[in-house]
Amino acid sequence: MSTVWNAILSPGMFSESFMINTWISGTIVAVISGIIGFFVVLRGSAFVAHALPKGGFAGAAGAALLGVNTVIGLALFSVGGALSIGWLSRRGRHDVVTALILTFLLGTGDLFLNLHDVYAPEIYSLLFGEVLGVSGVEIVDTAVLGILCVAALVILYRPLMLASVMSEGAEARGIRVRQIEMCFLVIVGLATAITVPIVGALLTFSLMIAPAAAASYVTHHPMRAVGMSVAIAVVTVWISILVSYDTGLPVGFFVAAIATAAYGLARGWRNLRSRGRLSARDRQKLSEQTS
Amino acid sequence: MKKLLHVLFAPGFFTNASVGHAVLVGAVVAIISGVVGVFVVIRGQSYLGHALGDFGATGASATFLFGLATLWGFLGAGVISGAGSDVLGHGHRRRGRDVTTGVIHALVMGIGALLLYFDTTMTNVTGAPETILFGSIFVFDPSLVPVVVVLGVLTLLFLLILYRPLLLSSLDADLAKARGIPVRWVSFFFMCCMAMAVAQSSLVIGALLSTALLIGPAATAVRLTKRTSLAMVWSATIGIAATWLGILLAYDSYDWPPVGRGWPVSFFVTSLILLFYLVSRFRLRHPLTVARETQTESRRKEAIRHEYSVERHS
Amino acid sequence: MMEITQRGSHGDVLTLKDVHVQFHNRLVLQHIEFAIQPGEFVGLIGPNGAGKTTLLKVILGLLTPNRGSVTVDGLPVKHGNPLVGYVPQKIHLEPDTPLRARDLVALGLDGHRWGIPLPSRSRREKVDEVLRAVDALDFADAPVGRLSGGEQQRLLIAQALLTQPKLLLLDEPLSNLDIRSAHEVVRLVSSIAQNQGIAVLLVAHDMNPLLGVMDKIVYLAAGNAAIGTVDEVVQNEVLSRLYGYDVEVIRVRGRILVVGGNNEVSTDLLQPTQHLDSMGGATD
Repeated sequence: MSTVWNAILSPGMFSESFMINTWISGTIVAVISGIIGFFVVLRGSAFVAHALPKGGFAGAAGAALLGVNTVIGLALFSVGGALSIGWLSRRGRHDVVTALILTFLLGTGDLFLNLHDVYAPEIYSLLFGEVLGVSGVEIVDTAVLGILCVAALVILYRPLMLASVMSEGAEARGIRVRQIEMCFLVIVGLATAITVPIVGALLTFSLMIAPAAAASYVTHHPMRAVGMSVAIAVVTVWISILVSYDTGLPVGFFVAAIATAAYGLARGWRNLRSRGRLSARDRQKLSEQTS
Repeated sequence: MKKLLHVLFAPGFFTNASVGHAVLVGAVVAIISGVVGVFVVIRGQSYLGHALGDFGATGASATFLFGLATLWGFLGAGVISGAGSDVLGHGHRRRGRDVTTGVIHALVMGIGALLLYFDTTMTNVTGAPETILFGSIFVFDPSLVPVVVVLGVLTLLFLLILYRPLLLSSLDADLAKARGIPVRWVSFFFMCCMAMAVAQSSLVIGALLSTALLIGPAATAVRLTKRTSLAMVWSATIGIAATWLGILLAYDSYDWPPVGRGWPVSFFVTSLILLFYLVSRFRLRHPLTVARETQTESRRKEAIRHEYSVERHS
Repeated sequence: MMEITQRGSHGDVLTLKDVHVQFHNRLVLQHIEFAIQPGEFVGLIGPNGAGKTTLLKVILGLLTPNRGSVTVDGLPVKHGNPLVGYVPQKIHLEPDTPLRARDLVALGLDGHRWGIPLPSRSRREKVDEVLRAVDALDFADAPVGRLSGGEQQRLLIAQALLTQPKLLLLDEPLSNLDIRSAHEVVRLVSSIAQNQGIAVLLVAHDMNPLLGVMDKIVYLAAGNAAIGTVDEVVQNEVLSRLYGYDVEVIRVRGRILVVGGNNEVSTDLLQPTQHLDSMGGATD
């Protein structure tokens, strides 16, 4: 029995200091992604959630070129990208602008990689996510930025909700919709900067979309949906770290696979339930017609 | 004069074979992406247009691992995943469609990341991630050129057949349904068009430029004219201009610091496309244009509805 | 502006005096002047592009007119005035948006405040009260995205009522509804106006669903407006002067159609042919 446990929970998983860092920052990142995801799904900002980490990667490449900490470059590019998208978007629509900013950022990243031979493993870990890569990130920074993001979202909760659901109504109520949306984009950018080192630039967005989308199929109560989204994201990240440590394969893959599985389950469950409810309603209708 | 020409066109630009290839292929790709892109922008499917490139890249990595032709992996994965997000997104509005696209995108990219990881760690090919992320117009397989041209012509033919029903269902799906247009099939076939356009452009110029050429010129063009057919011409023209200028600058940049390295084409093309878009956004910020713009979409729909009601009453 | 009736009163909820709005060289609204009293149901009618949305923005304080004054309850308009309840045209929500009907309505109470909402009994009671007022208690806990257009419209009205407004502005509430739901919404709004003494300004491009309930009509065309009862305003010469060309009012089976040139202008003043070239196969 103990050998089975030993196989799953490899020695050192909880005792090595860098692994403890991983567990803590992984959890922080999952909580933030879960909360942000609620609004990403509500607003349909999936493309932005995908574009900011990918574009931020270019910043990391630039930082590597200059010999600066890659996370700083990452943060600069993802927040800069968020600001440009918010600035250029019109009437709440920003898919075209997102595509343009993303390609421009990646083009710049291509330039950086071309001008300088960046040490490849570092780039790989930023792309795919790296359990051990977290050791390079100051855990305090992650925690501070994480708390900042959560606090900002708590403060913005109601105006952001109103602006997302009915922007004209929000404007009539005196809410500055554009500024609120801008703040939200910057929060996504900041969260990106701390999520990418762990989950990877390619798949950070999966943690910001799938858990929240899954939660929306399970409950219609907004606060419960946020909680459910956070729970799914945290479990996803924990399992991913565990499996990734055991197999040595990239974390991002597991995060994407587990989060999508949760989404599939939730959606299937919703379909089953609504089918049952519909049939009950149909039966009622039928009885009304016959009587 | 000659000196100036030398500054503009570094020596050898017109005689270099790979430059010639790039100029030709870039034009073909810009035309097809530009034409298809107008519909992508009108339909608000930029995200799917971008995601199709990643879907295809995953398919390409899979076939690469098994030693098959990447083109078919690219196309197959694109169409299957695209159909998947089409089916899952059915019955949703634009926001929900983007979310379901995002979920599929995450899954496919997860698999892609794993395959890419295997590709790079097992086959010892360095730079594979860069190639997939960015691509380069100067290093492509010349044997792909005929395939690209055939695929491009097919895409355009396909789009020509779809044109009218696609336009109506993009502007007003309810009306299209009322007139007996199979909106879901039209949407699916257009998705196939996109997948084909993205596949051929990604294979020769890389996923990055594929997205840039699909969305950027079209987004600029629909701001210049409200006529769909004219927008397609503009879009293709802008795409070609950005591509050729990008190639020229990249060629010239071999003389720029750090000398001998050269700056990548993708950097120039994406910057130029963004620049064109910004110019169209801010030069056209005339109040009348803005007022007209905000009404255009509803006016289009109204005009259709009006015609439709007249027809029905008569 | 043609003043057909002018009931001078100090109890006016909304007064517009000589309002002009100009977007650079284009005059969008000129010399708009009317007043609405408590409990009055006024229809703001006009073809698309006549300036209805612009006028709403002026009343909401989102747009400052180039000339003239607008007062709500005797005070100059301000952005986010709780005395003005605004009902947007519609909300765009996915069927599975995690938001219940009561959550949407509650945003009307404190949606502009910072922070997350804390559960409180008085908050819940207030929300229940307006839900009852619009007859929406049955689906108070249903997800908003799965409700019908008419039900969503009732929620939006409930939301606007939460700040206890004196003026209710409804932006094209009927345009996306079937006839029966439209009728229900009109009846609901009319009873709110009568019972609670709230003045209503309802924007529509078709006046027919409102014929039985409107106290007054503000007809807007080409930036000009006329106010009065339906019989006073909807006449050939009055509307022809507004439009700037000859239009004819036709009354058929209790319905009113405004016809000008070859087009029926009461629903659509725009010349559709102008935009047909962008349609391609849309209009063959």
